[in-house]
Amino acid sequence: MAKMTLEELRKLRDSKKSEIQKRDIAGKDTQIIIGMGTCGIAAGAKVVLDAFLQELDAHNLEHVSVTQTGCMGLCYVEPTVEVLSPGMPPVIYGKVDAAVAKAIIEDHVMRGKMVSDHVFDRPSADIIKDGGK
Amino acid sequence: MHASLCDFLSDIVQNAIESGASLITVDMREDERSIACTVTDNGKGMSDEVQRKVTDPFYTDGIKHKGRTVGLGIPFLIQAVDAVDGEFTLKSQEGKGTTVAYRFPLQHIDCPPLGNVVSTLVSMLAFPGTYDMVVTRSLELPAGCDGYELERQVLIELLGDFALGGTLNMLRTYVQSQEAALDEIRNRRT
Repeated sequence: MAKMTLEELRKLRDSKKSEIQKRDIAGKDTQIIIGMGTCGIAAGAKVVLDAFLQELDAHNLEHVSVTQTGCMGLCYVEPTVEVLSPGMPPVIYGKVDAAVAKAIIEDHVMRGKMVSDHVFDRPSADIIKDGGK
Repeated sequence: MHASLCDFLSDIVQNAIESGASLITVDMREDERSIACTVTDNGKGMSDEVQRKVTDPFYTDGIKHKGRTVGLGIPFLIQAVDAVDGEFTLKSQEGKGTTVAYRFPLQHIDCPPLGNVVSTLVSMLAFPGTYDMVVTRSLELPAGCDGYELERQVLIELLGDFALGGTLNMLRTYVQSQEAALDEIRNRRT
C-alpha cells in the first residue's frame, strides 16, 4: 500500500463529499461520546473508537458525531460510551467492545432501539455541567 | 493497567491536551532495539512540587473532575518503564510547558506490545480542543527506514470537522496508509 499524499487525501474528501450529497443524511444530530480517560484506554476504548468508525463507514453514516471525553465516572464498566440520539433518552453504555459498538450503531442509532444489556447510566452531574467534554 | 505501548502514549498526550497547550509535538521513533516517545507541550507546566507529586498514583490536581482523586497516567508509565529497564524523564516549567520522554527496550521479555498505532494517532488528533499537534513517526531497521509527519491543523483544514464519523474515517484511511509503509519495512525483515 503506497503512502497516501495530502493531494490524494484531498481527492478522497472531494469524492466523499459528492457521494454524501447524493444520500439522505441518516444519523444526523446523533452524538457518540467515547470515554477515553486512563480507565477507558486501559479497557480498550481505542478499539471501540475504531469499531464505531468502521461501522459508521460500513453503513455510510457520515454525519454521526464521534467525540472523546475523559472518565465518565463509571470506571468499573469501561469502555463507556454515551449516545445522544434525537428522540431517544441520553444513555451511557458500558462494557462496550467491537460487537456492542456494532449493535449500538445498528439498533440504537439506526433503529431507535436501545441495547439494553449494556445500558449503565445517564451522564454524571459533572459531565453534564462541562458539556460532556 | 495499560496493555500496549500506544496506551501509554494516549495517556501522556491527553495530559498535554488538558494542560491548555496550543502546540503539542509528539515524536515516536522506533528502531530494532527500542521505541522512544517524546511529548512536548507549551501548556501550563508544573511547579517543582507538582512534578514531585505526579509520580504518586493517588495524586491529582482535583480540577479535571472534582471529587475524583486519582491520576494514573504518569505512575502507570513509570511503573511499566521500570519493569523493563527503560528510561523516563519529565521536564516541566510552570507557565512554559512540559516534556515527557520515555523509551522502552523492545527486546525485553516484559515489554508491552506496540498496540494499534493508527487508532492511537487518530484518537490523539481527534481529541476535542483547539490545539495544534505535530506527530513525527519514524522506523529505522536494517531492512530500511521511513517515517511520516502529521499536522493536525493542516488535516483539519483539508478534511473539516474532526467530530464527524465521515471525516474521522478519511483521517483513519490516511494514517493507515502512512503506517502501512512502515509495516512493509517490518515485513521485509521477516
